[in-house]
Amino acid sequence: MAEAPFGLLAELTHRCPLRCGYCSNPVELVRRSAELDTAEWCAVFDQARELGVLQYHLSGGEPLARKDLPELVSHAAGLGGYVNLVTSGLGLTAERLADLHGRGVDHVQLSVQDADPATANRIAGVRAFTHKEEAARLIRQAGLPLTVNVVLHRVNLDHVADIIALAERMGADRLELANTQYYGWALRNRAALLPTREQLRRADEAVARARETTRMEIVYVIADYHEAHPKPCMHGWGARQLTVAPNGDVLPCPAAGVIEGLGVENVRDRSLAGIWHDSGAFNAFRGFDWMREPCRSCVRREIDFGGCRCQAFQLTGDAANTDPVCSLSPHHGEVDLILSREARPEPVALTMRQVTTGGPRNTSRVTR
Amino acid sequence: MTTPGTNLDAVPRLGKGVKTSYDRTRDSHVVLFPEGVLVLNETAAAVVELCDGHRSVTGIAAKLAEDFDGVRPEDVADLVTRLAERKVVETDG
Repeated sequence: MAEAPFGLLAELTHRCPLRCGYCSNPVELVRRSAELDTAEWCAVFDQARELGVLQYHLSGGEPLARKDLPELVSHAAGLGGYVNLVTSGLGLTAERLADLHGRGVDHVQLSVQDADPATANRIAGVRAFTHKEEAARLIRQAGLPLTVNVVLHRVNLDHVADIIALAERMGADRLELANTQYYGWALRNRAALLPTREQLRRADEAVARARETTRMEIVYVIADYHEAHPKPCMHGWGARQLTVAPNGDVLPCPAAGVIEGLGVENVRDRSLAGIWHDSGAFNAFRGFDWMREPCRSCVRREIDFGGCRCQAFQLTGDAANTDPVCSLSPHHGEVDLILSREARPEPVALTMRQVTTGGPRNTSRVTR
Repeated sequence: MTTPGTNLDAVPRLGKGVKTSYDRTRDSHVVLFPEGVLVLNETAAAVVELCDGHRSVTGIAAKLAEDFDGVRPEDVADLVTRLAERKVVETDG
């Protein structure tokens, strides 16, 4: 039997006041009418705790868009879980925050798009910047630990030093600088987001310099297309965490819905434990038996677990292939080709995130 | 910013946003923090419980010696160092 998961990423809603083109939510967003209701989410939390989950990441979309967020926080906290609120900060008032804090929020992750207000607003697609500063002030005033999350890409990567300084001013305890992962909307916008090697080199230096002096913990997530080895995606498939999408779909990772034929199951039809332990989707790439060469006999297989299944599917058409980011992958040339075509210094217009109507599934398949 | 080692006079306390709990699913003491979970063995759980911002590493070792055999302050310092690397505990200086 698989080991119990530690964390639940609860995507409470896909609704969000921001329209960031780097968003990893699927291109086909779940509508409000299809979202799990309060009782269904509480049941998911109960089943998650029973299964072994200790951390509840309340995310989205924007979790504050759910009117029942206070009840959901109370419920997760009442189970003894660590409650992490992942928010854009829009819609956060002193009253709402005090209420959520009192109900058991343990930690807040606040997204920031850039240090330059005009660029930040352009990336978010709305005037969000001043709300971020205000939200950070409220969170600090409440005495809650604050992590500032920044997704890095071509448009903001040259501002990393300013972004670090902004997070300092905001009073962040942790700063997560995560290079864009290309799923969902971000994959659609890859040609606008991929940074150049030169940009990455300068950013790496800026982060290293800041680490020498800052009191913040800086978590720096590298840009995997540019690396020689893939990321240890999710620390292995169905190993530590599970995601429940707004409509109750249970996923091994937030992007897994893109993999055709995975057989994603829903908490409305089956228990979380049943899905975690016995479903085809969670067992498809668990452990090492599914691996092909070059992963199967590779010394790194227990370091990176073959990389990312969604990336393998998106770039090679088969989720069981080695992540083509790996320099040992026979498909690695595909990544080099993408980098040579798309990782260019000039600006490219972003397609802003929005609710799309109908259309074929898997609209996020790569098109060139 | 992690220190290479922990002084025996250092006074560790739980880091900001860190919670301790008992997990019945795993029958273990656990530490919960912003992006992770640590499942503790019995000794580590006893040390974490004593990281109260008042006791020094030497003080923690002395208290542990009441319940466990062969507790060395150096071993407690090593464990505190490892916990500090994960931001689970903080020490000044």
